[in-house]
Amino acid sequence: MLDLSSISDENYERIATITSEAAVDLHDCYQCGKCSAGCPMAHEMDLLPRQVLRALQLGQYEQVLNAKTPWICATCMVCSARCPQEINIHGLMLAVRHAAKQQGLRPVAEPDIFDDIFISNVRLFGKSNETILAGRYNLASRHLMQDMSNVPRMAARKMVGPKVHTVKNRKAVRELVDRVLKRGEEQ
Amino acid sequence: MSRIGVFVCHCGSNIAGTIDVEQLAQAAREFPHVVHTDDYKYICSDTGQQSIKDAIAEHKLDRIVIASCSPRMHELTFRKMLESTDVNPYMLEVANIREQCSWVHKDKDVGTKKAIDLVKMAAAKVDHDAPLFTTAIPINKRALVIGGGIAGMQAALDIADAGYPVTLVEKEPSLGGKMVMLDKTFPTLDCSACICTPKMADVGSHPLITIKTLSEVEQITGYVGNFEVTIREKAKYVDYDSCTGCGLCETKCPSKVTSEFNQGLGLRKAIYTPFAQAVPNKPTIDAAHCRKLLEGKCGVCEKVCAVNAIRFDDVDTTSTETYGAIILAFGYQLINWQELYGEYGGGLYQDVIHGLQFERLLNASGPTEGHIQRPSDGAEPKTLAIIKCVGSRDPHKGRSYCSRACCMYAAKHAHQYLDKVDGAKCFIFYMDVRCAGKGYDEFYMNTQHDGATYLRGRVSKIYEENGKLVCLGEDTLSGSQVRVDADMVVLETAMVPADDANRIGSMLGVTRDKDLWLSEAHPKLRPVETNSGGIYLAGTCQGPKDIPDTVAQASAAAMKVAILFNKDELESNAMIAQSNSSLCNSCGACEAICPYQAITLEEITRRENSVMVTRKVSKVNPSLCQGCGACTVACRPGAMDLKGFSDEQIMREVDALCQW
Repeated sequence: MLDLSSISDENYERIATITSEAAVDLHDCYQCGKCSAGCPMAHEMDLLPRQVLRALQLGQYEQVLNAKTPWICATCMVCSARCPQEINIHGLMLAVRHAAKQQGLRPVAEPDIFDDIFISNVRLFGKSNETILAGRYNLASRHLMQDMSNVPRMAARKMVGPKVHTVKNRKAVRELVDRVLKRGEEQ
Repeated sequence: MSRIGVFVCHCGSNIAGTIDVEQLAQAAREFPHVVHTDDYKYICSDTGQQSIKDAIAEHKLDRIVIASCSPRMHELTFRKMLESTDVNPYMLEVANIREQCSWVHKDKDVGTKKAIDLVKMAAAKVDHDAPLFTTAIPINKRALVIGGGIAGMQAALDIADAGYPVTLVEKEPSLGGKMVMLDKTFPTLDCSACICTPKMADVGSHPLITIKTLSEVEQITGYVGNFEVTIREKAKYVDYDSCTGCGLCETKCPSKVTSEFNQGLGLRKAIYTPFAQAVPNKPTIDAAHCRKLLEGKCGVCEKVCAVNAIRFDDVDTTSTETYGAIILAFGYQLINWQELYGEYGGGLYQDVIHGLQFERLLNASGPTEGHIQRPSDGAEPKTLAIIKCVGSRDPHKGRSYCSRACCMYAAKHAHQYLDKVDGAKCFIFYMDVRCAGKGYDEFYMNTQHDGATYLRGRVSKIYEENGKLVCLGEDTLSGSQVRVDADMVVLETAMVPADDANRIGSMLGVTRDKDLWLSEAHPKLRPVETNSGGIYLAGTCQGPKDIPDTVAQASAAAMKVAILFNKDELESNAMIAQSNSSLCNSCGACEAICPYQAITLEEITRRENSVMVTRKVSKVNPSLCQGCGACTVACRPGAMDLKGFSDEQIMREVDALCQW
C-alpha cells in the first residue's frame, strides 16, 4: 500500500535534484509508454522506463534509487528521441545513477565498474586500450572468462595484443580527465 | 388503366457495376401496365430528370417507378421534378437497387435477379398509388422556451433577435440555471457569472421576451405551428410591478433556510432572491418556511416594505397561450450519489461534497466568500482528493455513459484549489482523461504542472480515521494500491436528466433514450430536432454536454425556429394515417400507440343497419400525424390505413413477389 499522504517533503526535494540535473519536468510525462515500448534493454529491466517516471511522480525515491533500470539503460537515447513530450529520459536515468552512486548504491555493479575502468584507462594511456580494458574489467567484475573465446580471432586480426597503445601527449589528456572529474565532484 | 414508366439508374458504376441495368429495364417492360422503360447514367442529374419529363409527355405516363438509390436520398428530388409535370408527386415509387442491392452483392446475376424483384414490387405498388395532396397549416409565430439556463436564454435571445416573440419559462425564482452557480468556466477560466449575468440581463430587458419565473408548463396540446400551452405561475407573494428590489425585506426576515443556490452549504431567508445578480432581481417568499404564511405570525417583510409590495394572499395563476414552436432546454441534475455510493460514506461525511458544492466554495459570492473551507469545521483543507466518474461510466450503481464535462471541471477544480491554498496537495482519481475540445487537453496538462497528481483508478472506499478522510484506490499506472488521507473529498458526479424530462417528454411525445435523455431526430444530421414537428432541443436535456456545446446547440435550435417562423404556412405531411370510421370498433389501440398524440376518439352519430347509433371512432389530426404507421399495425379491425403505404399496396407487393 502506497500511502501518498505520508511521503516526506525530503523525498520530493531529492527527486527535484535528480530531475533538475536532467532538466526533466516530471509533470510532462503522461505515461503513454512509448519509451518502454521501444527500449532495447527493457527485457533486462526491473522497472520499465515509464515506471521509473511514474515512481518519481509519486515520490518513490528509494524505489527508483534501488532500481536496476537506470544501470541497465544503454543510453541509446531511443526513448528521448521518440518521446512525444520531449522528455530527456536517458538523461534522467544517468541522473538517477549519479544520485544512487552518491548514496553508495549500485544495484547493478558492472556498468559502474566498466565506467570507472574506462575513465581510468583514458587517464593513464590517453585513449581506451581494449586489451587492458577487457582484462581489468574481467578481473574487477569477476567475469574472468567473459569473451575469452573471442581472443584468438581478435588476436589474429590484431584487434588485441601485447602492444600498449597510447597517444603522444598523455599528460594533456590526463589533465583534461582530472579537470572533468573534479568538476563532477564539485557539482 | 394505368400507364407506368420504369426508369433505371446506373449511378455511374455504383449500380451498373453489379446489376445488368439493360436486362433489368427489359424485364420491367413485361410487368403489367408498364408502357415505357429506360435506363440512364445519372437519373438525378438535370438531363436525367428532363428525360423522365419528356417520357411522361411522350408516352402519357400517369405514374412512374425509379430504380435507383434509397428513397431517403432522392425521393424528394423526384417528387419536386413531378411537380412540374401533370403527374401527382405521390404517384412515384423508388425501388432501392443500390444500398440494399448493388452495394451488398458481388455476383451480377444474383444482383440483377434481386433488382428485378425489387422493381417488380415497386411496379405493383405504384399501380395502386393514389394522388395525395398536402394542406397548409398556419403558423403562430411565437416561441416557447422551457428552461431558463444558459441554453434556454441563448435560444430565447436568438429567436427574439430574429424578430419573433418568445416566452421563457423557468421553474426557479431566477434565470441562470446551473451555469450561474459555477465559479469559473474551463478552459479560459472566465468568471462564470461575469459571462452569464449579462445574458440574463439581456433576456430580462429584451422587449420581445416574456419571462415567467417560478413557473411550470402544465399541459401542452396541439401541433407544430399551433401548440396550446398551459403555464402555471406559482405564487411569489410579492407584487413585482411595485417591488423595487431594495432587499430590505430579506435583511429583516427572521427565518433562515438552507440555500438551494449554494447547494445546501449556506443559508438564505424565507423571503429571498437566490443570488445577487438574479433576474428578475426581486424576492419571492418561500411559503414552506415563511412564519406568516405558516403560523400567521411575523409579517416583518410587509411592515418594512416601503412600497407595500408584499402580498400574503397571492395565489398560483395559470394561463393558456398558443405557440408555434417549443424549445426544450430544461437541463440536467446531478445524480443522487448519497443514495448510490455507500462506499463513499453515502453522505455520512460532511467533507465529502460534490462538484457543484465545490463551485460554491470557490465562488467569491458563495457561502465562504471564496475561501476554501471544508463544511465540517471551516478549516482549510491541505490535502484534497478529487474523484471522477462518480455515477458516470458505472452501469452497476450509476449510468453507463460518460458525463463529458467532469474531466475538465475536475482539472479546473484542482487548478483553482492549488492556486488558492498554499502548500496544498491534490490527488485526482480517474479512469480516463477525456479532454476533447479546443484548449482542453492543454488545460489538463497545465493542471498537472500546477502540481495535481493524477492517479489512474477508482476509489474503492472512503472512511474516516484520525480526522482524515482515507481514500483507498489503486494507481494502475504503477500497479500499486494507494491511500490518500484527505481533508476534503470532491466527487465529480454524473449528470442525469432533470425530473422534468419524463413529464414534459411524454406530454409532447418526444422520445427518450434508455437513460431518459430526450432523443434527437437523427444523431448526426438532425441533432436539434425531435421526431415531433416544431419541438427542438437545446442543451443538456438531450445529453451531457459542456457550455460551448450547449450554447451552440441552443443557437442551432433557435435558427430552426426562425426558419419555421420565416414561412407563413406549413405544408402538412401528405402520407399520413386515415381511419375508416365504418370499420373502426372504438378499441382505442391506435390512440394509445400513437407517439405523437395525433389520434383522438371522436363521438359520431350515424345510421348503421337502419339504426341510429352513437359511438366513438378514431380520428387522425393531419397536422400532428407524422406517418409512422404504428396505428395501422395496432388496428385490429383494419380501419387504420397509411396513405401511400396502404395495406392494399403492401399486399400487392407481396403478390408481385410471389406470383408474377
